[in-house]
Amino acid sequence: MGHALALERPAPDAGAQVWDDYVHNRENPAGETRDLWYHGLGCGAWLVVHRNTVTHEIYGAALARDVKGAGQ
Amino acid sequence: MRFSGFRILKEGLTGNKGWRPHWRDPEPKAEYDIVIIGGGGHGLSTAYYLAKEHGLRNIAVLEKGYIGGGNVGRNTTIVRANYNLPGNSEFYSHSLKLWEGLEQDLNYNVMMSQRGVLNLFHSDGQRDYAARRANSMINQGDDAQLLDREAVRRMVPFLDFDNVRFPIFGGLFHARGGTARHDAVAWGYARGADQRGVDLLQNCEVTGIDVENGRVRGVQTSRGPIRAKKVAMVVAGRTSQVAAMAGMRLPIESHILQAFVTEGLKPLIDNVVTFGMGHFYISQSDKGGLVFGGDLDFYASYAARGNLPMAEHVMEAAMTLMPAIGKARVLRSWGGIMDMSPDGSPIIDKTDIEGLYLNCGWCYGGFKAVPGSGNCFAHLIAQDRPHPAAARLRLDRFRTGRGLMDEEGTGAQHNLH
Repeated sequence: MGHALALERPAPDAGAQVWDDYVHNRENPAGETRDLWYHGLGCGAWLVVHRNTVTHEIYGAALARDVKGAGQ
Repeated sequence: MRFSGFRILKEGLTGNKGWRPHWRDPEPKAEYDIVIIGGGGHGLSTAYYLAKEHGLRNIAVLEKGYIGGGNVGRNTTIVRANYNLPGNSEFYSHSLKLWEGLEQDLNYNVMMSQRGVLNLFHSDGQRDYAARRANSMINQGDDAQLLDREAVRRMVPFLDFDNVRFPIFGGLFHARGGTARHDAVAWGYARGADQRGVDLLQNCEVTGIDVENGRVRGVQTSRGPIRAKKVAMVVAGRTSQVAAMAGMRLPIESHILQAFVTEGLKPLIDNVVTFGMGHFYISQSDKGGLVFGGDLDFYASYAARGNLPMAEHVMEAAMTLMPAIGKARVLRSWGGIMDMSPDGSPIIDKTDIEGLYLNCGWCYGGFKAVPGSGNCFAHLIAQDRPHPAAARLRLDRFRTGRGLMDEEGTGAQHNLH
């Protein structure tokens, strides 16, 4: 859900359609989303933040490397 | 009802009892030839030009809220044609020419004010780019003038010319640019479309798009189902949700762009002025408020309000360029939902579904594009081939990589514009 799809990178030979979808197309939800944030002025970690795009409420965050590992 | 000086005089002398609503409030019909989803500036102008230039009458515009209640009333009202790249350049040039005849065309005062847009530059490199951009504009047939520091000083003497970090080297002046009254643009197009028989259906939210065998058949709405031969989606800010009803995923992210207005002041800024070393631009409304805006908050959002880090950045840029602004008090701030495309340029195209048309991805350029977008989109819907001025605004440019219009030169990816 949301932009954290960047963690599920397609295979290099997956084809132009799949790569176009991965690089450009977005679900862009109005409501709950999970997207990637970079803690640039802090520890440099990549986080998956579960938040709401309409209310700006934040439900939680997890280290991207843990989320990625769980998805595989 | 035609507006004229005589009419105003007559109404003034007879107690203003003759004014009537500017458009009807019709019930939805069961079927239309063309249904336009979205009653914002672009949707209304699309309906207007479909009726005016293509002779089509059986058209409905479906608006979830009320006319003028969306982004067309939430922008900084700037009109310009100072783009650099082919694709954007001819499109915005076309749009500006329509702006110039708009009030007479609509018989409506949109307070179009060609007060000029001044883009400042602060280094030799920026001057070179400004000269190149000026040449592009002139080659396109628009106006551009490269001003040196002293010419800029005569125009806007109150700026900080000798700022330690960002001294002003000069400016690119686009005299035909300016501002227009945003609400009046929506009202003028709504009235013009209504007078030509277009049904403007407010409080009519689309809840589904009916597609059969690869062809669009109509829409489901909060006011009942409506059949249609052609359906046009022109809902920048909500594009992803509407397109999802037709099973489409698009190269769009919704972001917040904040703007601010100060209390009303005496006349100070004659033009639109943009800072070259931070995202900050400013003009003065006819009411006297200084209207200024900045950059995206840079995370996807539909909240129509931004957060303080960007507000702080904009205020810092304002104080850097124009220290006098520190004496003014900010009256209010707001956010508009930007339909951001990966390369920062818009999309006007057909879709893979027959009879379904797409107009989206206006990024920061939506308001000035209102006449051009409607004019070109109407051409595409009526004739099933693109208008020459919008032929490059294709949806497939991201998949193929051909014809990307990356005006800022930052790369054709989300989050870079």
